[in-house]
Amino acid sequence: MNRLFNVLLLLGLGAAVVASFVYLGIDLAALGDHSNLKQMSAYAQRFLTPDLSPAYLKAIGHGMLETVAMSALGTLLAAVLGLALALPAAGRLGWPLRSASRLVLNALRAVPELVWAALMVFAAGLGPNAGTLALALHTVGVLGRLFAEALENTPPQPADAIRLQGGSALWAFCYGTLPNLMPQLLAYTLYRWENNIRMASVLGFVGAGGLGQMLYVSLSLFQEAQGSTVILAMLLLVFTVDTLSSWSRQRWVKA
Amino acid sequence: MTLRLTQASVTHANGAQALRGVDLHIEAGEQVAIIGPSGAGKSSLLNVLATALRPGNGEVQVLGERAWHLSARQRQRLRARIGLIHQAPPLPPRQRVVTAVLAGKLGQWGMGKSLLNLLHPLDIPGARAALARLDLGDKLFAQCQQLSGGQLQRVGIARVLYQAPEVLLADEPVSAMDPVLAEHTLSVLCQHAREHAVTLVTSLHAVELALAHFSRIIGLRDGQILFDLPTEAVDRKRLDALYANEQLASMSKPAPPSSVQIPRC
Amino acid sequence: MLKHDVRDPAARPRLLLGLLAVALLWPGIHFSELDLSVLLASDSQSEIGRFVAAFWPPAHDEAFIELLLQATLQTIAIATAGMALALLLAVPASLLASRALSLSAAYRAGRPGLWGQWLRWPVRGLLILLRSVPEIVWALLFVRAVGLGPTAGVLAIAITYSGMLGKVYAEIFESVDQRPAHALMQAGSGRLAAFCYGILPNVVAELLSYTVYRWECAIRASVVMGFVGAGGLGQQMDLSLRMFAGGEVASLLLTFLVLVLLADQLSRLLRWRLA
Repeated sequence: MNRLFNVLLLLGLGAAVVASFVYLGIDLAALGDHSNLKQMSAYAQRFLTPDLSPAYLKAIGHGMLETVAMSALGTLLAAVLGLALALPAAGRLGWPLRSASRLVLNALRAVPELVWAALMVFAAGLGPNAGTLALALHTVGVLGRLFAEALENTPPQPADAIRLQGGSALWAFCYGTLPNLMPQLLAYTLYRWENNIRMASVLGFVGAGGLGQMLYVSLSLFQEAQGSTVILAMLLLVFTVDTLSSWSRQRWVKA
Repeated sequence: MTLRLTQASVTHANGAQALRGVDLHIEAGEQVAIIGPSGAGKSSLLNVLATALRPGNGEVQVLGERAWHLSARQRQRLRARIGLIHQAPPLPPRQRVVTAVLAGKLGQWGMGKSLLNLLHPLDIPGARAALARLDLGDKLFAQCQQLSGGQLQRVGIARVLYQAPEVLLADEPVSAMDPVLAEHTLSVLCQHAREHAVTLVTSLHAVELALAHFSRIIGLRDGQILFDLPTEAVDRKRLDALYANEQLASMSKPAPPSSVQIPRC
Repeated sequence: MLKHDVRDPAARPRLLLGLLAVALLWPGIHFSELDLSVLLASDSQSEIGRFVAAFWPPAHDEAFIELLLQATLQTIAIATAGMALALLLAVPASLLASRALSLSAAYRAGRPGLWGQWLRWPVRGLLILLRSVPEIVWALLFVRAVGLGPTAGVLAIAITYSGMLGKVYAEIFESVDQRPAHALMQAGSGRLAAFCYGILPNVVAELLSYTVYRWECAIRASVVMGFVGAGGLGQQMDLSLRMFAGGEVASLLLTFLVLVLLADQLSRLLRWRLA
């Protein structure tokens, strides 16, 4: 019975794959035929000579700084707001607030960063501001949920002791719970920042600034030489971030 | 009357009765020791006195106030005048000792001072003085996780000394220390209570320490007070009754451990 | 008496760190042009207000619902077809790149010989390269190359995910106990046979689980790529946003959230059944 079910499942998957190709009307054969391939390779060839003039490199540098700044400030905002939302989400302020804040966090998390960016471009206009806000909104959902889980797993005794000696709830949290929580919060925030640098590069496709906007503009104007420079810059940024983070993780993460 | 309990009863969540109709009153400036077997309810009694635990029935009066008839804010202000030394020090591992000690005055400081203290300790000499009385002056800037169990307990005591409360409640304050250190720490506590006219109530496992340092002994067993007497009146018979079915710590020299000779082939 | 330090030893590092943070914050705000007030500014508030007010009711006229369903099916189809193509490339690449198939490793207690390591680097490098470029960049390029529509999305997913799947598959092969495969190779069987009999049975569950998880990610990626013209719900959302049709955007967002939820449930079901 089990076997039969699995076989049926596999057949179903195969059928779904075939149906997808048919539905989309993708003609793989036509894709691979001579004239199409020639067209694509001609397009690809235009990318082989990146524009490395000093003036453009300066613009790329500006774009990279914009991208990094967007990701950094967006993540920072998200960490602060995420912590604020994590307190009710961990049940510290009562049950109705717990459900409400969890709902808000899930909703913020479910919408992808690019969709937020499109909405923010509408609200805030073109430019990196929209990107920063979009990253902040999405990341609040992610970090808020992670922070709430960390908060639920912290021992309550230090904070309770401070409440017992007359301290207010705020200081009980800051002196009793936060010291235990800080390393974990920091680790989550840095991990999201790393991810957000990658996202910040592409948010520009909908007009939210950074390297992405440069790429979109140059491709729309058929300036493939400039476009390929931007792609190289993106790769460089991602590679640097990956290396730095794995190096710092090896150096500072205590087993 | 500084501390007064009237028919206080506490029942744990699992149904076990921790205290049954306890009547107690302690005057200002007294020094009292509570002894009894494990599970007698010593911690519960101290927690009720500290207004940490609300008794199911009965009344709690601390420093002239009926604790559970106050508003929450008034109760917080009352709690700032009560110091509870916990058996397991509630100190975050990554916090530095200086911040942990200075946190004792959080009930008395305003918003600005509390915030500033997080960033930079405001009263380093005060913290050092509190720690120096317990021989921990050199550990001022160490992290709590770097300390041993006995040192951590002393930091917990230093925090309460820094708080300078009017009522000092201590729940097994020397349980993790060696006998010499325990003796010394207890005398520091009693001396502090004498000098500052602080009411001191301690629960202790080591009966000799209780008999040596305190003038009034309360024996607790199964959630009820078995006796409440000045030290001179506490004799062997009463202690035996208190600790029945428990090995009483011998006050004479301990018997030498029998050594077993394992023959070597 | 020992001389005690009266200064807090953590004071200087904290001060320096604080100054550094402030020093970085200023250019950070400048470059990101952060301005939270746009969300609260009076004129944009009325605009936002009107836009958000237009979200309710979500558009539910028949023609739009049909468009919605078509777009949803298109998104699912893009993800599935893209994953299928990705697997076509990923499976051989992972076999080539994985040290689990290294013949020299079988004879050297698990560590491949010099040639065994060097010849695998180019394949690993290629896989890393393929997955480093975000799929939306590929989508943008393909839209320029083959035109608007789902083809660009399928190709973009195929390329990026082949890199991801290939690399993770290779690592999964290496993470299980290698000795059964080594024993077979030492007894004279070919690499592929040793792999199929020695390693594959142990890793099938994990492979399937990861693949289904990636399919779920591919659905989200398809929606995102639609914003640059690669078809599906994303392209519709982009069009509706440009036309300020708040009701349509609301319906599309809701559909997207439901789709993601269903995909999550389906993936859990499949992972539970197949694993």
